[in-house]
Amino acid sequence: MKVHGSWFLPAGRQGMVCGILFFIMLFGVLCLPPAVWAQPISSTELINNAKQYDGKLVAYEGEAIGDIMVRGEYAWINVHDGKTAIGIWIDKDLTKDIFYAGSYKSKGDWVEIRGVFQRACPQHGGDLDIHAQAIRVIRQGRQTQEKLNLSKSNQAIVLLAILGMIWILTRLKRK
Amino acid sequence: MILKPRLEDIKNIGYYLGKIIIGLSLTMFLPIILGLALGEINPTLDFVIGLEISLIFGLILTKLCFTEKDLNWMQGMIVVSLAWLVAMLLGAIPLYLSGHWKSYLDACFDAMSGFATTGLVLVQDLDHISFSHNLWRHLIMFIGGQGIVIVALSFFVKGASGAFKMYVGEAREERILPNVINTARFIWLVSIVYLILGTLALGITGILNGMKAINAFFHGACVFMAAFDTGGFTPQSQNILYYHSLPYEVVTVVIMILGAINFKLHYHIWMGNRREILKNIETVTLFITMMITFFITAVGLQQLNIYPKAMVLFRKGFYQLVSGHTGTGYQTLYPMQFVTDWGNLPLVGVICAMALGGAVCSTTGAIKMLRVGIIFKALLQDIKRIILPERAVVVQKFHHIKTLFLEDKTARSALLITLAYLLLYGLGSIVGMLFGYSFLYSLFESTSAAANVGLSCGITSADMPAALKVTYIFQMWAGRLEFMSIFTLIGFFIAAIKGK
Repeated sequence: MKVHGSWFLPAGRQGMVCGILFFIMLFGVLCLPPAVWAQPISSTELINNAKQYDGKLVAYEGEAIGDIMVRGEYAWINVHDGKTAIGIWIDKDLTKDIFYAGSYKSKGDWVEIRGVFQRACPQHGGDLDIHAQAIRVIRQGRQTQEKLNLSKSNQAIVLLAILGMIWILTRLKRK
Repeated sequence: MILKPRLEDIKNIGYYLGKIIIGLSLTMFLPIILGLALGEINPTLDFVIGLEISLIFGLILTKLCFTEKDLNWMQGMIVVSLAWLVAMLLGAIPLYLSGHWKSYLDACFDAMSGFATTGLVLVQDLDHISFSHNLWRHLIMFIGGQGIVIVALSFFVKGASGAFKMYVGEAREERILPNVINTARFIWLVSIVYLILGTLALGITGILNGMKAINAFFHGACVFMAAFDTGGFTPQSQNILYYHSLPYEVVTVVIMILGAINFKLHYHIWMGNRREILKNIETVTLFITMMITFFITAVGLQQLNIYPKAMVLFRKGFYQLVSGHTGTGYQTLYPMQFVTDWGNLPLVGVICAMALGGAVCSTTGAIKMLRVGIIFKALLQDIKRIILPERAVVVQKFHHIKTLFLEDKTARSALLITLAYLLLYGLGSIVGMLFGYSFLYSLFESTSAAANVGLSCGITSADMPAALKVTYIFQMWAGRLEFMSIFTLIGFFIAAIKGK
């Protein structure tokens, strides 16, 4: 015997349920931004092929470095992916999740940005930048602990001794 | 017959070289103090080691070669050319020890780029470098911009005659004040006054841009030193693009132009003779060449339609152009954008601007405005000679602080140096092409190195061939010293080998 539909639903109803389920899933996908984070594009790829990505929604990730520069309701952050840093124009409220920005004394937060890439942004004097729509911190940064490099300190002591000897020798010669 | 150099020559050269090295090494105390204040332990040790090696080297030279004799012309020129090489080797020590440079050659490249106020960089991970190393990078630009020898002249050298010979050897022909040591001190006075004002202006702009106060003023001091000395280093890897700020760009343009003006003109402006700006051949030529090269650049950018808005085109085009013309090398573009976005005509405009440079007796490199103006006047004179009756006496004048008659020997000298620069630009381009880079990009990078500019279209990187790095180091050195002292050094070595 040929069976249509599932064990407990007739064939016509089954199609309707599938349709509803599809729309529920689609709605869920659209409502949950993290689920659509595309594959990040590197700074080299963006800069070298700027024309291709101009005005497009892109994902970009890297370390937040330097200052978070608040300008009114927005802020500038610079995100370095290991090759180059790109300026990100972002709602200042979205920067609150960033605790560490990279410098000599700290490793900055590793963030992922989703936003519109601008090859020559007309709003910002022709700068190449990304206008962020969303940001998420992938890895939190940290303060870097500096340890004394013993090899360097030993070299400094030996050189100081040589310098002292030269000074003493010149004093003796003068006498 | 070529005469072999005598022991006395070598002793004189060694003694004054030692003095300069001691003077230079003492400047390392500044990053040491900063490192101690900020608790940067290992960076401080890098400078302590650099200081100790430099002092040992300087002391040995001054003791072994002790003399009370003054320098002659040949010795003065050789001291200068060697001083710049030794400064590069010693200045690179703390840089290399930091671990931010892949090799000692790379550290030497950046040290020469700093001292010669070029601005090309091979540094790695600049955004995590210590404050003290960043200060040193910019300080060497400040020292190199005034002239390494000027440091020694100001504080250590007593004999005025020998001092003048070294002063000339460092590509400074003009004496602002009758005494060359007072001239050197005046150059420092101007620079320090502008340093305070420039740091304040940039620091306040930085705070208004949203930077932390300490960063804003540190960046302000660093950017001022590199802009006024037409160098081009910045504390962050993105160069001026890091700040995303029109006011910051405006302030740096003003500082770059101040750095490109003759110190003699600064002196006359300080003394109240402001009309000199409008009459001086250098400022007039600078204005004209800037307009012409900007026109070429703007037409090229307009054709490509990268910046549809006129104000945006002006902001991007004019900034790179002024930066190139003054020999600074500040960029609000990524190096690769010159290749991918700018196209040929805008690049030609910027190359021409870089090749011309700023004023003589300023901190810029390249052919320089006085020579360009003189060559143009000489051309006018020759055209007049052809047009006017044979009996007519054709006299050509030009105004440079005072009105002067244009003599044939002045025009010849200007043409010779111009020719030497063109050959130097060409040399680097050929080497670049030998390594497979295209003509225009090789010419761009070569002109940038030889004219001590620092704009890059992406060729300069830690991965480029070592031979190209050495070529650019030579170009930066020769371009900064304007050839004479280098020709003398080459002649000295030939005499040492072939002389009798």
